Amino acid sequence: MEEIQNKIRREVVQLLSEGQVDVVIGFEQGSLPLRATPFFLRDIADANRLVWSPFCENNLATYLTKIQGKRVGLIAKGCDVRSVVALLVEKQIHRDHIVIIGVPCQGMVDRRRIEREVDGEILKAHQEGEEIIVEGRDFRKSLPRKEYIYPSCKRCEHRNPLIYDTLIGEKLVEEAERAYHEVEAFEKLSPDKRWSHFSEETSRCIRCYACRQACPMCYCAECFVDSSFPKWIEKGLDPSDVQFWNIVRAYHQTGRCVGCGACERACPMEIDLVYLTQKINRDVKELFGFEAGLDLDPPPPLSTYRVDDEQEFIK
Amino acid sequence: MEKDLWEPKILAFLCTWCSYAGADLAGTSRIQYPPNVRVIRVPCSGRINPLFILKALQQGVDGVLVSGCHPGDCHYQIGNYIGRRKSSSLKRFLDYLGIDEGRVQFSWVSAAEGAKFAQVVKEVSDKIRNLGPSKKFVNRIGPIKGVRE
Ligand code: SF4
Ligand code: SF4
Ligand code: SF4
Ligand code: FES
Repeated sequence: MEEIQNKIRREVVQLLSEGQVDVVIGFEQGSLPLRATPFFLRDIADANRLVWSPFCENNLATYLTKIQGKRVGLIAKGCDVRSVVALLVEKQIHRDHIVIIGVPCQGMVDRRRIEREVDGEILKAHQEGEEIIVEGRDFRKSLPRKEYIYPSCKRCEHRNPLIYDTLIGEKLVEEAERAYHEVEAFEKLSPDKRWSHFSEETSRCIRCYACRQACPMCYCAECFVDSSFPKWIEKGLDPSDVQFWNIVRAYHQTGRCVGCGACERACPMEIDLVYLTQKINRDVKELFGFEAGLDLDPPPPLSTYRVDDEQEFIK
Repeated sequence: MEKDLWEPKILAFLCTWCSYAGADLAGTSRIQYPPNVRVIRVPCSGRINPLFILKALQQGVDGVLVSGCHPGDCHYQIGNYIGRRKSSSLKRFLDYLGIDEGRVQFSWVSAAEGAKFAQVVKEVSDKIRNLGPSKKFVNRIGPIKGVRE
């Protein structure tokens, strides 16, 4: 980790001092332990604020559509790079405006699960070898990193960046679990059980839209929830409005979601979200033979067609 | 309301070049079909934003029918192929969420197929009548008022 962090800093200093980029997007230590926060680095004097830790959980590709017209260095994990590819496919960014500093990713650690492991407030956290050490006023606990990585990271088949300009460190062995086992388990439930899971989960939704803000593919200038004409969705508290929001946010990811899990991690109400987009991802793969963020050539699947696409469901 | 008195309310999005004309033909040919559908005419099945379908369900219709030109017959060449992809992905997603299978149905009906239109409406109505009133994804406060009234 330390070594990777140092390499990142050296690389970034070089890029900025040679004037290859105007800004570098990476992470710095957050104001709380177990948190790293996105960091926009413009001045090499700040380069030592950049960190690399198991808590760098945001998908930084999200910011690319928000800072157009600048040359950007992006410190990117496997999933961030897939989002870059997806954004390139949708022609939202220019490849030659971005320098990708790829970092093979060991998986990010689920901070909420770690917090639940201890009584009391965690005041310090760091990684030592394969252990995450957390410390509080009267405890110190060591937890095996591997057991706490996020489900989306366990499923990840592309921890090594698919495209990059420089790669920090060595490539890792890809060792994903079966990608869609949660979707398959959910499909086995009865329709009523599925609906009650969905409606119970979303009943906690406060419509903060953090899931949207965290997602690189939610770049719409005006999101459908913010549109007042047509007004798709009311601001009220009717459960169906909240369900409407969650259905459409997920459905809008058709052919676009890279499964990074950033939406679910951003949700302050800890609502299950990834099982929705994973379902869509599997369908898109099955129906259209497409997986987002893997390939620069094929067009987005909903903007194209094949004459022999599935149509048995049409009378 | 007594159960046997209940009749489903179905919203049909019909492409103007084919299914809408097919519905017209059913009418002028005096073919009887159930009166449960309310028709919204769209320029092409590719014009149907999935949000239309979801909004209709949320506002309390019991079912939605989407109907366009047969493959190869779209007035805009590929509108129905593009629409077909949106439909298949949406349908699978709604099923996954547990929304009753059959609330949203799809058909191809050409301008010459008045009898097929009547048949489709009958099948769709029967299926939705069997499902009963839509209860899951429905606005409980009541229909919203339009912005420009
Ligand atoms: S929907 Fe969620 S998992 Fe998919 S790309 Fe967006 S943030 Fe990542
Ligand atoms: S939820 Fe849909 S409309 Fe809103 S930003 Fe995301 S993709 Fe765009
Ligand atoms: S982040 Fe969670 S609470 Fe906020 S809008 Fe999304 S699902 Fe709802
Ligand atoms: S014109 Fe009828 S489906 Fe396109």
